[in-house]
Amino acid sequence: MSERKDLELIADLVPAGARVLDLGCGSGELLATLRDRKGCTGYGIEIADANVQACVKRGLNVVQLNLEEGLALFQDQSFDVVLQLDTLQHLRNAERMLLETARVGRIGIVSFPNFAHWANRLAVLGGRMPVTRALPYQWYDTPNIRVGTHADFGVLARRLGLTVTDSFGLQGGRLVRRWPNLLASMAVYRFENSAVIATTERSAG
Amino acid sequence: MPTAVTAVTAATLGAVTARQMHFSEPLPLRSGATLPAYSLTYETYGRLNADASNAVLVCHALNASHHVAGVDEQGQPGWWDNLVGPGKPLDTERFFVIGVNNLGSCFGSTGPLQVNPETGRVWGADFPVFTVEDWVDAQARMVQRLGITQLAAVLGGSLGGMQALAWALRHPQRLRHCIAIATAPNLSAQNIAFNEVARRAIVTDPDFHGGHYAAHGVLPRRGLAVARMIGHITYLSDDAMDLKFGRQLRADALQFSTQAIEFQIESYLRHQGDKFAGYFDANTYLLITRALDYFDPAREHGGDLSRAFAVLRQQPGLNEHLRFLLVSFSTDWRFSPARSREIVKALLDNGLAASYAEIDAPHGHDAFLLDDARYHGLLRAYFARLAEGLVSGPSAGPLPSRPGIPSGDRQAYSPTEGRQ
Repeated sequence: MSERKDLELIADLVPAGARVLDLGCGSGELLATLRDRKGCTGYGIEIADANVQACVKRGLNVVQLNLEEGLALFQDQSFDVVLQLDTLQHLRNAERMLLETARVGRIGIVSFPNFAHWANRLAVLGGRMPVTRALPYQWYDTPNIRVGTHADFGVLARRLGLTVTDSFGLQGGRLVRRWPNLLASMAVYRFENSAVIATTERSAG
Repeated sequence: MPTAVTAVTAATLGAVTARQMHFSEPLPLRSGATLPAYSLTYETYGRLNADASNAVLVCHALNASHHVAGVDEQGQPGWWDNLVGPGKPLDTERFFVIGVNNLGSCFGSTGPLQVNPETGRVWGADFPVFTVEDWVDAQARMVQRLGITQLAAVLGGSLGGMQALAWALRHPQRLRHCIAIATAPNLSAQNIAFNEVARRAIVTDPDFHGGHYAAHGVLPRRGLAVARMIGHITYLSDDAMDLKFGRQLRADALQFSTQAIEFQIESYLRHQGDKFAGYFDANTYLLITRALDYFDPAREHGGDLSRAFAVLRQQPGLNEHLRFLLVSFSTDWRFSPARSREIVKALLDNGLAASYAEIDAPHGHDAFLLDDARYHGLLRAYFARLAEGLVSGPSAGPLPSRPGIPSGDRQAYSPTEGRQ
């Protein structure tokens, strides 16, 4: 199952013992994996009742919250890692959430469907919106209100002053490092807040 | 060790019996007064396990009592019978559940209806003013007497939720889960205002006699009924009331009377008020609304709730054993979700292990007493996890360092620490 492999590939990006905030944590599968295998701690944020209940059943800390309301609950730099997986494309205030992610965490890890994947390009070239595993909805019922590409995110990250420390694609449970904008249906970015890096370097120096 | 009440059927606890526990050691109160000796009335359900690790204390709100579940001698079901019992979300086949009547109440524990042994007269208005913290200290003594060093959980809604929070703040090593439902870190001005209207209704009743109505052989029933009416309005949502009563008339046509009951809602409120005045004590109502008013753990910390919870950071290994669950209801305007979020924020500011659920329920504040599938599903899941004995393991982890401190400086964390 490629989703589980995707999950594990993303889990690999999280340092052991990290304090993690998972935005849109779903049923808590990744948080539970991080807790059980890597000794990570932290909280999940989730809006759906059934998912909150699933997290509670796993013994995770979960806070029921609409991400559109922002992260005012969380103090600056209070987490090692903030995860925002397959969530960004649903958010009206996606840009603000990225800044919030950088404010709250030292490291941000974001994943979203890459609209520039060749299969999507082909569909659009054929005059139709793509319906794929990563974008399984019809144009008229999709919850994805932000449609972007792997390359687009790089541009936005630069504009927001986020320092991208890694980026790659995910396709069929595999890491795609070569031409991810074309060859991967999911985009993954790991970034740090430049201002914070500068502060840390200053205090270290 | 108490003899535990055992479950009789899979559906209900059946008949339950209240017990008394007497304390001759004086109880110092926050007001500076002391209660020289007192009794607590309580019920228990389920069986305390061998290492006394499965006990859950249920704290009651304004007008409830120790009778949480099962059926009492009068044939009345407990006030949280839909939640507590065999096979229910708080499963008495796994947990030993304790319901206790708070001091100052009128359902058996020492209170204003009883005789003050020092004067030989009914306490009445002379009964000392209690705070949430005082109640919790009295409960803590009882729990100790039952042979329980650490409760699996303290659970309460509304004023009961305040008691659960006070437990965590005052006795953090003596509970593993603090479950506070439909509650607030303090009452808002509007909330105190409602309480004050209720109190004025009582004390201005001609039969109140400064709270010594017992000596006059009367009861301030009218005032108490009005107090209940105003309270009752605040427990329901506008929509719930509209759905249930709307503008329905009691008669077929308008009577054009200023004093007769015209609308069904009037009839309902008067009925609720009269019923309440028939079993509740006016002095108790005054005492309990005051305890609500006074509750404010942030007060001693410059109004900063995060600082109030910061005391828990000094507790060694706290995050390895204490967790919080906060629950609010979308239409609860008396203890709104925003108030629960203030508590959640204070917990998160301190890196404490906490979960929060906001239940979309139409019933207003009363929702915490009702059998809502999402709400009960959540509590069922939480208690099921708790019963596995794993949930008290590591959670929010080591307390967060301040911004700018590299993570390498943080205290090492072992995922196996503190597991049961």
